[in-house]
Amino acid sequence: MSSKAKTQVERLLAQPATLMLFAWMIVPLAMTVYFSVQYFNLLYPNKSSFVGVENFAYFFTYPSFWTSILNTMLLVGFVLLVTVVGGVLISVLVDDHFPGQGIVRMLLISPFFVMPTVAALTWKNLLMNPVSGFFAWIATSLGMTPVNWFADWPLLSVIMVVAWEWLPFAILIFVTALQSMDREQKEAAQMDGAKAWDIFWHLTLPHLRRPIAVVIMVEAIFLLNVFAEIFVTTNGGPGDATTNVPFLVYTQALLEFDVGAASAGGLFAVVLANLVSIFLVRLIGKSLTAGAR
Amino acid sequence: MSTAKSRKRLWRNLRTVAAWAVGFAMFFPILWMLLTSFKTELDAFSMPPSFLFAPTLENYATILERANYMHYAWNSIVTAGGATVLGMVVAVPAAYAFAYHPTKRTRGTLLWMLSTKMLPSVGVLVPIYLIARDLNLLDSRTALVLVFALVNLPIMVWMIYTYFRDIPMDILEAARMDGANTWKIMMHVLLPVSRGGLASTALLCLILSWNESFWSLNLTTSQAAPLSALVASFSSPEGLFWAKLSAVSTLACAPILVLGWLSQKQLVRGLTFGAVK
Repeated sequence: MSSKAKTQVERLLAQPATLMLFAWMIVPLAMTVYFSVQYFNLLYPNKSSFVGVENFAYFFTYPSFWTSILNTMLLVGFVLLVTVVGGVLISVLVDDHFPGQGIVRMLLISPFFVMPTVAALTWKNLLMNPVSGFFAWIATSLGMTPVNWFADWPLLSVIMVVAWEWLPFAILIFVTALQSMDREQKEAAQMDGAKAWDIFWHLTLPHLRRPIAVVIMVEAIFLLNVFAEIFVTTNGGPGDATTNVPFLVYTQALLEFDVGAASAGGLFAVVLANLVSIFLVRLIGKSLTAGAR
Repeated sequence: MSTAKSRKRLWRNLRTVAAWAVGFAMFFPILWMLLTSFKTELDAFSMPPSFLFAPTLENYATILERANYMHYAWNSIVTAGGATVLGMVVAVPAAYAFAYHPTKRTRGTLLWMLSTKMLPSVGVLVPIYLIARDLNLLDSRTALVLVFALVNLPIMVWMIYTYFRDIPMDILEAARMDGANTWKIMMHVLLPVSRGGLASTALLCLILSWNESFWSLNLTTSQAAPLSALVASFSSPEGLFWAKLSAVSTLACAPILVLGWLSQKQLVRGLTFGAVK
């Protein structure tokens, strides 16, 4: 076999993965597009018919739809803000050596490995319960009235839980990135009398630019998909106060059995995610494949 | 001079205290869950919270007996493990082809794979649910294995690809000169050299699959439900058994937490598609 033919054969090794992913993406997506223009309810499977843009019209005029988009944006936005800002500050705090550094880092990243359903239920029942939660005890001890978190501040409560889950991810990435920072440069700056703030602003932050971009991209992908945390704590409520786009699609599809409407909503989620990710990939896509042979 | 020195020391001590405080605060919910799991239901609900209590294993006994913990744990092991094996079997050859026999399209294909991660799960929830239903795969471990493997495949290909890319071509060329064929090069050169990278890739897939909740909740009810779904069943209003909830949560999280601690350094690479080292 000539070496060229051999290379051809070896390239075929990429096919299973590529084909599987292609099927995983295109088959359901094509079905979603098809369902989105059909009237199709799982309870009345024989009544399905073409309805054009009716499902989209239904979704766009459905009050909960706009609420769910706002909730999705608030959830993604605030969690990103907390995790990026908090992550940078905390990773700078634990960067230099101190007694117990290894243990503190382990403590810091632990929440990332807790499954979403556990994280959400632990926060809701053990920490945020207004009667016997840990936060209620702190509030009472300080002479304040305990907050009824999930009833009075439902979206904020969900944001707090999700931020707790994702802050470790940001810390993990930033701590690793800080290790590759030029120590000599930092020491030279210190010798020249640079203040801690100057070093942070002019050396550390620029060094963290790409890691920050990566954290934003990866988190955005996962945060647009937050579901379990809402499912086990508020079930989207009270009313639609914590309903995000994934949760709304889920209620349409598996509770209302309205496949058509759910598909229209699902397509909207796809468009939303792509808008977010197109510009994120532009931001860092180049540097990702920079070393490609 | 000495004041500057003592000031520096003070600053350093403050920093250490602050770092420990933040670490403790982040870990506290997990610690509280662990403590609660050893309390009686009465202690778990008491106000002010009981910090000193006679620890009991009663909750764990109940969970193992009544909640049929082993059934769900087995589902988690089979689905997460199965997805990891399946994913590796498909991802390693693909990464090999991308790293050593690239074409003009390789870069585009890699970015496209990454972009499938951006397809929101809800966008394909309805079709996947219907396909699973029509194939009689609802509430089956097979469906979860396939879905978990596909969801994690892009990350796995990327991660292994970045490990392969760092292996000097010379090693492979030398083996080829010695007359080794592709299979032999893979088995005797590439895989041993990249053992660490492959292990952490598999570990990451295992962790992500174990904790996956969206598909577990939507595609399973009881037969194939993994631990994340079992925990969710404690969210019902009548399930106000916090000590037991804590016990089952601890049992569900402990193995993954330990794996995570052991592999934190290597995980960064996978989680950022090799963009941060």
